[in-house]
Amino acid sequence: MSALTIRNLRKSFGFVEVLKGINLEARAGEFIALVGPSGCGKSTLLAMIAGLETVTAGEIYIGDRLVNSVAPKDRDIAMVFQSYALYPTMTVRQNMLFGMESRGVPKSQQVEAIARVSALLQIGALLDRKPGQLSGGQRQRVAMGRALVRDPKLFLFDEPLSNLDAKLRVDMRTEIKKLHHRVGKTTVYVTHDQVEAMTLASRIAVMHQGEVQQFDEPQTIYDRPANIFVAGFMGSPAMNFIPAEMTTVDGVDAVSFVGAGGKLVILKLQQPSGMFEKGRKVILGIRPEHLSRHNAEMRGKEGLATLVAPVEVVEPTGAETMAVLRLGELEVVGRFTPDEAPVMGEEMVVSVDMTKACLFDPTTQRLL
Amino acid sequence: MADLALTDTHDRDAVSASRRQLITRIAIYGILSLFALVYIVPLTVVVMNSFRDQPEIARNGLIAFPQSFGIDAWWSAWDSYCIGGNCEGMKRYFFNSLWMTVPATIISTMLGALNGYVLSKWRFKGSEILFTCMLLGVFMPGQISLMPWAFILGKLGLSNSVVGLVLVHCVQGLSFTTLFCRNYYISVPDDLIKAARIDGAGFWRIFRKIILPLSPPILIVTVIWQFTGIWNEYLFGVVFTSGTQQPITAALVALTAGGTTASAYDVMSAAVLIGALPPLLVYFVGGKYFVRGLTQGAIK
Amino acid sequence: MAVAQSIASGTAGQSWRERFGSLVPILVLAPSLLASFIYVFVFAAWTFYISLSNSALLPSYGFVGLDNYFSLWANRRWSVAYTNLFLFSGFYVLGSMAVGLILAVLIDQRVRAESFWRTIFLYPLAVSFIVTGTVWSWLYNPASGIQFLVRNLGWSNFSFALASDRQYAIYAIIITGIWQSSGFAMALFLAGLRSVDGDIVKAAQIDGASPFRIYRKVILPVIAPIFLAVAVVQIQFAIKTFDLVAALTRGGPGISTTFPAIYVYDLMFQRGQIGEGAAAAIMMLVALAVVLVPYSLFVVWRRRREGRNG
Repeated sequence: MSALTIRNLRKSFGFVEVLKGINLEARAGEFIALVGPSGCGKSTLLAMIAGLETVTAGEIYIGDRLVNSVAPKDRDIAMVFQSYALYPTMTVRQNMLFGMESRGVPKSQQVEAIARVSALLQIGALLDRKPGQLSGGQRQRVAMGRALVRDPKLFLFDEPLSNLDAKLRVDMRTEIKKLHHRVGKTTVYVTHDQVEAMTLASRIAVMHQGEVQQFDEPQTIYDRPANIFVAGFMGSPAMNFIPAEMTTVDGVDAVSFVGAGGKLVILKLQQPSGMFEKGRKVILGIRPEHLSRHNAEMRGKEGLATLVAPVEVVEPTGAETMAVLRLGELEVVGRFTPDEAPVMGEEMVVSVDMTKACLFDPTTQRLL
Repeated sequence: MADLALTDTHDRDAVSASRRQLITRIAIYGILSLFALVYIVPLTVVVMNSFRDQPEIARNGLIAFPQSFGIDAWWSAWDSYCIGGNCEGMKRYFFNSLWMTVPATIISTMLGALNGYVLSKWRFKGSEILFTCMLLGVFMPGQISLMPWAFILGKLGLSNSVVGLVLVHCVQGLSFTTLFCRNYYISVPDDLIKAARIDGAGFWRIFRKIILPLSPPILIVTVIWQFTGIWNEYLFGVVFTSGTQQPITAALVALTAGGTTASAYDVMSAAVLIGALPPLLVYFVGGKYFVRGLTQGAIK
Repeated sequence: MAVAQSIASGTAGQSWRERFGSLVPILVLAPSLLASFIYVFVFAAWTFYISLSNSALLPSYGFVGLDNYFSLWANRRWSVAYTNLFLFSGFYVLGSMAVGLILAVLIDQRVRAESFWRTIFLYPLAVSFIVTGTVWSWLYNPASGIQFLVRNLGWSNFSFALASDRQYAIYAIIITGIWQSSGFAMALFLAGLRSVDGDIVKAAQIDGASPFRIYRKVILPVIAPIFLAVAVVQIQFAIKTFDLVAALTRGGPGISTTFPAIYVYDLMFQRGQIGEGAAAAIMMLVALAVVLVPYSLFVVWRRRREGRNG
């Protein structure tokens, strides 16, 4: 049974349609990430699930109950906000109690819930402090604690980590993952950070311009992005897009484009031949990590193609080194291990792992 | 010493700069003191005169160093001086003003807080337009409302009564208090309200448990603004009340106008101070909030 | 297991209670809204209607068209009143802004005991125009105030009788007005100066600009909107000026310091010419609108532009 089902959901503010028919469904215990650039509608979608925004058209089911016009408090949900939204005049304990008091939960259960959650999140020592006296990470924990005391059917997270500094964000990400593992509640998690989505979610919905571009498991989204937007959004540095033309080499399908020095580059594809007519325009998508320095062992290996390109910029990050290569009009980013990293100005011979390459249609932008 | 000598030989620029700076500092404090004197003198003169004897004032003028001291003038101003044929001093008018100002301040502030809460956190279609309409009240000159109020107060049987003035000031103050509170509550994150709604709190519970505990700064600003404004108001007081029902501002004008013969400056000084004391007290106690109100009232 | 179970039964659609609940905000707002609506629109329309009627001692509703306006504008006292208003507005606004700016800039020089200075310059705002006007009328009084003091000091020919001189009484009001409210301008300017980004001042210092130049070219342009805001508020004060004049000169000597607000009061409550008084009140409203409507439109326009650029 699905814990959350969204059918053909639409939302308009005046004449502006911000959600254009969303379909999603989360299985019980699943961790769904809604990811997309700002303004893509992901936060509006979350607010509609929470009941904080009205539904223009379509249906939202929590469990098997239609909640379109159910008040937020009666939806059996809990939410963690980007700003944490801790009540500033109340202590941590009062913050966590507030919801239970509003609902008239018996005192003994209140006490028990506080004890359970503060042990779970290790915030026992903070219970009598006010939010203003807490660090960012502590506030984050308390915000989660407030959601957890209620033991709801559905957890909603609205960019909960975006106000933390980089290191803390990684720590809290791990915490959330552990917590979800332990509590096992169905969770909808909004973020604009694709790494967060990749690491946390069991399935990701990539949103753009009010539509779900792709809804699938993280690795599928990364390996087989449904369109150019998803391919470009997921992954950093972003996938390289090279406009190219279909051709055949030795009876095998290949792509050709103008590379360094105006020379035609031809790369053999790994897909079965004969799928595309010759001369068709395509966009070739190659992730930076699928470029590597060509060496003798690679010669003749299946699925590898080589090209030569001058190196324009080299950016070491320690664990790996990014390099910008010039391919005619285009710049292509490659991700190399430090020991095979190029130097600036080098004419590098690069191997391209064509088994991982994606082809997109230039007009529909879709994966071919 | 050695250091000084060094700078002297090596860095004439620095020395002349520091001398110039000293002159600048003196000039700054000099000009400030001059202005301060102009601001302080009128108050000082009135305070001194309220303790001087009338004959001495008549002899040496108003602006003179006191050569006598007595508190009779205060007593007389408070309790027995005659204003418009009524010889009870200022006390009646003082209490009129108090019974007018305190309820009007409390009621208009409470309504303003509620209105501000609705207009910032429970916005509905058209609420912005309604808010703009309410704002127009801030700009209305009192003269426009004189005849309509006179008529309405008459119909309600509140002519020439302190209660009538309370009503007038409440309505007139609504736009200010609403504006103040609404602009303050706008800065309260909407997420708090959303979180509370998910937590199961409704309109009143959110107001009581979340908004009100956050409100003391703006409530103090509003109360101070309303209190000083209403206490100091004259037009409505003089138009809608007469005789023993007048607030203290109107009584002060009557008092000084009535002083035809050798003016009793000692008593009048004390009377003026009685009229000025409550707002001054509020100002000296809550100065920070008073200034905040001014700046907020101006930049809408 | 479940700590706080939701009470909801799972019915679709809203119960009557929820529907009522969503009305609560509007119900809370309604009385204030109604009162404000009456205060702003009904009262203005009402007074406008009276201004078109033949009301004299009591309101009556015989329609006389614009007669009251014609007789108002034909009245010499009214022309004195609005001439005074222009004179007063000009000097009062410029004067208190100038004084306020000087004080604000001086206080902004990291002076010691800043709050002490501010307290002194701002206290007149806390007391009423009635108190201020009364006290200053004593100071202007030749027989006991400033003139008396200076003559006693030896300059026996010294003459300072502003308030009792027909030609100059208006300046007595202007000076007192400036005294009362330059602190207001100071507070706003100071808040503005404090809000200027410190980095641009540092940048200007490194560029070698003198302090005077920094103020003139860098800081004051940044706070230009505050000048406009202060000016508009002060003009608004000026148009509504009533208490100060009532306490200081009572419109005299003669009619020399009549102001529109004084005139309205006199016509309505002293002379029993309610119709014409209402006409004068409407003229005040028009004057306010002439100042405030363009200003509000400008502010809205500027905010939109900033919104677009932001």
